[in-house]
Parts: sequence; structure tokens; C-alpha cells
Amino acid sequence: MTRYLIRRILTAIPTLLAISVVIFTILALAPGDPLSEFAVNPAVPPEVRQRIRHSLGLDEPIPVRYVKWLKSMATGDFGYSFRTHGPVRDLIVQRLPTTIYVIGTAYLISVLLAIPIGVISAVKQYSIFDNIATTFAFIGFSLPTFFTGLLLILIFSVKLGWLPMIYRTTIDTPGLAGLWEKIKQAIMPITVLGLFQTATLMRYTRAAMLEAIPQDYVRTARAKGLSEFTVITRHVMRNALIPVVTIVALSIPGVFTGAVITEQIFRVPGMGSLLISAINDSDTPVVMAITIIFAVLVVLFNLIADILYGVLDPRIKYD
Amino acid sequence: MQAATPAAVERLAGLRSQKPRSLWSDAWRQFRHHRLALLGVGVLVVIVLATLIGPLVWPIPWNVFDMAQAMQPPSLQHPFGTSDLGYDMLARVLWGGRISIAVGIVAMLVSIFLGTTIGALAGYFGGLIDSLLMRLTDLFISLPSLPLLLLVTYLFRDRMKAIFGLQLGTFILIVTVIGALNWMPVARLVRASFLSIKQKEFIEAAHCIGVPTLSIIVKHILPNTLSPVIVAATLGVAEAIITESALSFLGLGFPPDIPTWGRLLYDGQNMIEFAPWMVIFPGLAIFLTVLCINYVGDGLRDALDPRRMNV
Repeated sequence: MTRYLIRRILTAIPTLLAISVVIFTILALAPGDPLSEFAVNPAVPPEVRQRIRHSLGLDEPIPVRYVKWLKSMATGDFGYSFRTHGPVRDLIVQRLPTTIYVIGTAYLISVLLAIPIGVISAVKQYSIFDNIATTFAFIGFSLPTFFTGLLLILIFSVKLGWLPMIYRTTIDTPGLAGLWEKIKQAIMPITVLGLFQTATLMRYTRAAMLEAIPQDYVRTARAKGLSEFTVITRHVMRNALIPVVTIVALSIPGVFTGAVITEQIFRVPGMGSLLISAINDSDTPVVMAITIIFAVLVVLFNLIADILYGVLDPRIKYD
Repeated sequence: MQAATPAAVERLAGLRSQKPRSLWSDAWRQFRHHRLALLGVGVLVVIVLATLIGPLVWPIPWNVFDMAQAMQPPSLQHPFGTSDLGYDMLARVLWGGRISIAVGIVAMLVSIFLGTTIGALAGYFGGLIDSLLMRLTDLFISLPSLPLLLLVTYLFRDRMKAIFGLQLGTFILIVTVIGALNWMPVARLVRASFLSIKQKEFIEAAHCIGVPTLSIIVKHILPNTLSPVIVAATLGVAEAIITESALSFLGLGFPPDIPTWGRLLYDGQNMIEFAPWMVIFPGLAIFLTVLCINYVGDGLRDALDPRRMNV
């Protein structure tokens, strides 16, 4: 196991390096100059422009720039934002808690809902419950989040006026009233994200359960005279949930990137809306930092999913 | 040897006059039992025909606005209402549908082409080619796709517009990027099928009679890998439509004068308090199309999976 762990971690490093090369190359090949503001400004004399380029290292060849950039990224130095002129790290640290709070809650709720629904659906296959749940899941997973979000705004903010349209982090009403306001504004973004995730996870859980139910060991368990409840929870679920757990881990990065859209709809000031505003402002350092963070998340959770699979499924041998 | 009885002869003759059953007719028989998938096909045909014929028939042009008619709620004259600038929403939803659906189909073709080529090469040749191509696949799977999509469309939009013009440039860019970030599952499917099929006797036979490699790959192995690819292609269209809409919704897809469904949502989101129909109709169009495609994909998966055949 330890050897497998080490080998798996070592193979994650070249993947990360390759991803960083891809992202860096895209930016290096892209038309347009990060200094276009200065390039078109006639008040900036050419020699000053040259000096700025030199101080930023833009006159060096691309491989040299890549190595320098990689070094600073590895030490957690993401550079300075073109827009706010502050360190990119501060911007991200400022936005991250909101994203994690909204996404984390949504994901937790959807895992807690999806697994029981999927299990019951599979156990009572073709029952009314199963039909309703699978139809609901199908709709939930075909509804694009940007449309669900706008529909919820239309119903609960515009028509009923129950929930605020825009997410604010500046609520400072003291006590319970303030807390209630904070909860109220998070309801819609969490519902939008949660609906989609619940639908996807429920489909996986149901499929995994349906695959495990006809197995021989389940028949054996029944033949031993175990109660149906014990058969399902101890014998079917324990095996069927192994792939589900890895899917739960594997989808986390996707939830983060998918939240870009939800954050944009409700103006949630998180990582996703930071990315969109940075792209619109040509704020290259911020864009690169966030893209790299998302890439690291993908690789990291792939690693976690692999390890979890190994821990949960003793049939897998490592050597 | 037993002499053939007249009854047996008759039965044989009856069998011979029956139409031979093929994979496709079997698949169709199976598909017909999936009622929601059939309904999906029906609704999809209606949507596609509406976007193809609608703009020719509907008297109000999609690109002419009338400020005097701005923000009209749905009525007989404007069944989907009018936008804040006085565009007729029905005309725009129909016209935009053409582009949204075209993006979905072409992006799917790009990803299927890439996936099939890479999967076929890796599966057929194996060895170094296989491990290189599979490492490439793993790398692409690890890329954060939505941020990269946003980044690439943002960075290369102006250059593509300069080369191919506004409409075509954006179209080519979006279709290529969506296709190039979605081929990996297809490549894995095709590779897996190639690995097992290339060992079969009929491939060995083909080698023996001197069939060239290219035609073994294209004519003998590829048709046998089609079933999973068809399912992936169907679902891929839905995914590409959603991705394009998401890009346009974030303001990084098509420009305002090309009203794809996502772009219409983007334009409508700030008017949601005053003109909710600007959001509802394009949104419903996306939802309905995607839902139908997903049901069709589901039906195809059941129909083309030989393990689930019940005759």
C-alpha cells in the first residue's frame, strides 16, 4: 500500500507539470499583449515601455519565462493583479471562503440526499418512488444550472419576493436577524448546485446498486436467512457504494468549476466570479492562478479517489 | 437421417421469406419500447424543423427591432413577447436555435472524430503509440475544462474574428474548443473495443487474405465499435449545447448580434424583473432540447446494448 501510494503521488507530478505547460503555452501563444494598455498609450515613450517589459521579464524567451513562473507558482507566489495591483494570493484568500461555504454546503446536501434516494430507488426498482426519483433525476441533470438559477430568481425573488436576488458578503445586521439574512441569500445558489449534483449522484448510486443486487453473494446472504434490511445495508450497499465514494471524490473539482456559472447568476463573490471578472479585465496573473488552482484540484481529487478505492476495496492488489 | 416432413418444409420456407434481422432492425425494435425516447425523437424533430423552417415562415425578421414594441408580454402578435430593444423573441429563439443546434452537432462531430481516431490508433497499434496516446488522454482528462474553455475563447476570439469574420470565426473557435476538450471518453471507449476486436478470428482472416491495415481498421474493426460511439455522440450533442449556452451566458460565447439560446439568456438576465419572457423561452428551448437528446441517448443505450436484448 505504501509503495503504491508513493508511486501514485509520483505519477501525479508529471501530470501537473504537463498541465502547467499546456496552460502556460496557451497564454504565451495567445495574441494580444498583457501590456496593451501601455502599448497603445502614446504618452509612454518606447524606452520606458522597454524597461517595463524588461522589469516584468517579458523580453526573455518563453522557456525561461516558464521556468521562472513555475518556480514562483510552486512556492505559492501568484504574482500581482494587473487590476488591483495587490498580490493575487490575497484576492484568492479573500474569495475562497465564500466559494467553499456555498459549494461545500450544496455538495454535502446532495450527497446526503442522493445516496438514500438512489439506494431506495434501486431496491424498489420500477416502484412509484423509483419512477418519480429517476424522472426527477433525469430532469435535474438536463436542466442547465444557468436556467434553473434564473427560474428560481424569477419565482422566489421577482414574483414572491421571499429571497434576495443578489448575494452580499457585507451583511452586518447583528444577531439572529443577520444570520437569517445570510442563510436566506445562500438558499438559491445552494439549491441550484445541489439539484444538479443530487441528480447526477443519484443516478450513479442507483446504477451501482442495481449491479450489486443480482450478485451471488447477495443470494447467499438471503439464503442464510438474514433480514432484507441487513442484506441491503451490509451486503449490497457496502459493495455498491465503493464506486459511488470515488465518484463523490472525483466530482468535487467539477463542482468547483461548475460553480463559476452559479456564482455569476447570483453575483456570489467567490472564485468563479473572480475568474470571470479577471478574464473580462485581461487580468492575466489572476486568470492563470485560478486555472492552475482548478487543475491542482482535479489532480488532487483523482489521487484521493484512487487511494480511497484502494482502501475501500480489498480486492485491489498493489504491486 | 429423417426425411423432411411437409410441416418442416413449410416452416423453413416461412423462415426464408422473413426479412433478415440486422443489428439496426433489432435496435429499432428495442428502441420502440422506450416510450420516452420515442417521444424525445418526436419533440426533437419538431424543434429542429421549427428552427429550420420557422425563420422562413415567421413574418417578423429576427434582426430588425422596433423600439415602439419593446418589452411587450407574449401576445398573438408576439407569441414569445419582445425584448427590451423590441426584437421579436420568437423570431430570435427560432434563429438562435439553428446556431445552438449546429454548434452542438458540429462540436460533437469534432470530438467523435478526434476520439475515434486517437482511440483506434492506440487500440490497433498498441505498444509505444498506445501508451503515448493514453497519457495524452489522461492529461486532457485532468485539464480543468470550463476555465480553459473560457480562457481559450477569450484569448483567441479576436484573432479568429479577424481571419474568418465575426460569425464564422466565433463558430469555428467555439466548436473546435468544445470538441477538443470532450473527446477523451470516446477515445477510451474506442480503444477498449479495438483491443478486444483485433484479436478476433475474422480480423486474423482479413490479415491472411492481405487486406491493407487502413481498411482493416476502417472497414472491419470500426463498424463493430459503433454502438457505444453512437450513444456517446448523442449525449455529446446535448453536452455541447449546454457548454455553448454556458459560454454565451457568461458573455464569452457568441456576440450580441448572433442570438444563440445562451446569448439570449445572457441578454435577458438583467431584464428578468421586467420581461421574464426574455429568459423563459430561450431557457425552455435549451432545457427541452437537452432533455429530449438525453432521453434518446438513454433509449439508444438500451437498444444497442446486446446484453439487454430481449427478443
